[in-house]
Amino acid sequence: MGANSEKPDRSGAGHPPMRRWDDYSFPGERIANMRVAARPDCLRLVRAMVTEAGEANDCSGECVRQMVMAVDEACQNIIRHAYQGDPGGEIVIDMRRQDDCIYIHLVDFADPVDVDTIRPRSLDDVKPGGLGTHFIRECMDECGFLTPPDGTGNCLRMMKRIT
Amino acid sequence: MGYEVRSQGDRTIVALSGDIDLESSPKVRSVLLESVGARRGVLVEMSAVSYIDSSGVASLVEAYQSARRARTSFALVAVSESAMRVLELARLEQVFAIHANVEEALADGD
Repeated sequence: MGANSEKPDRSGAGHPPMRRWDDYSFPGERIANMRVAARPDCLRLVRAMVTEAGEANDCSGECVRQMVMAVDEACQNIIRHAYQGDPGGEIVIDMRRQDDCIYIHLVDFADPVDVDTIRPRSLDDVKPGGLGTHFIRECMDECGFLTPPDGTGNCLRMMKRIT
Repeated sequence: MGYEVRSQGDRTIVALSGDIDLESSPKVRSVLLESVGARRGVLVEMSAVSYIDSSGVASLVEAYQSARRARTSFALVAVSESAMRVLELARLEQVFAIHANVEEALADGD
């Protein structure tokens, strides 16, 4: 690194809390949809679907890789934190395209999470775990939660510009 | 995910392959911690790792910290491009000792 290089921001403090939208609408034309059990062994299916859908919609290899990672990490958070490991839960993954953007919505049916508590941890603290939200924020152009209409479950929206 | 454990000199080499995800990372964690627990230096060969997520990275960090506490060496070797991108995303590329190959790691004493 050069003498004038700035130290990278490892604090996580630069990330605001997750955004919340009140409207419960999914923009764009549906390009893929999957409902899977909230189990670790189902994540490879999810990654395969996101890869196929991204490649079929003009996304570069890097763009696809970032969407795959973000969706995988978000599903992990649902499995581990929303359902707390309960294998009976389900996740709906909905992918849509609007112009040059891919919108991905992940819906679960667990108890609502406290969105204000979801933010990346400091990277200065080298310890196992807690990187998933950081990866999601780094890989996607926009992310936040929609308020489900009946007040149950959670809906995460992520948007990626096609590159 | 696949793995192979072998010895080379006074080091244990753990070669990982395939996808390291939420399903497979518990096995990776146990293999790495067991290798570190033998109190020999550990080299984790990652050239055939096609995908690694945050749970896989957490397994690497836990093994690294266990090795530090045991005062044994722990290094990554021949890290695949996709795995390196994830380590860089987590800004761990300067935390782990990373070598191009086993010979280089052994020459550096890792």
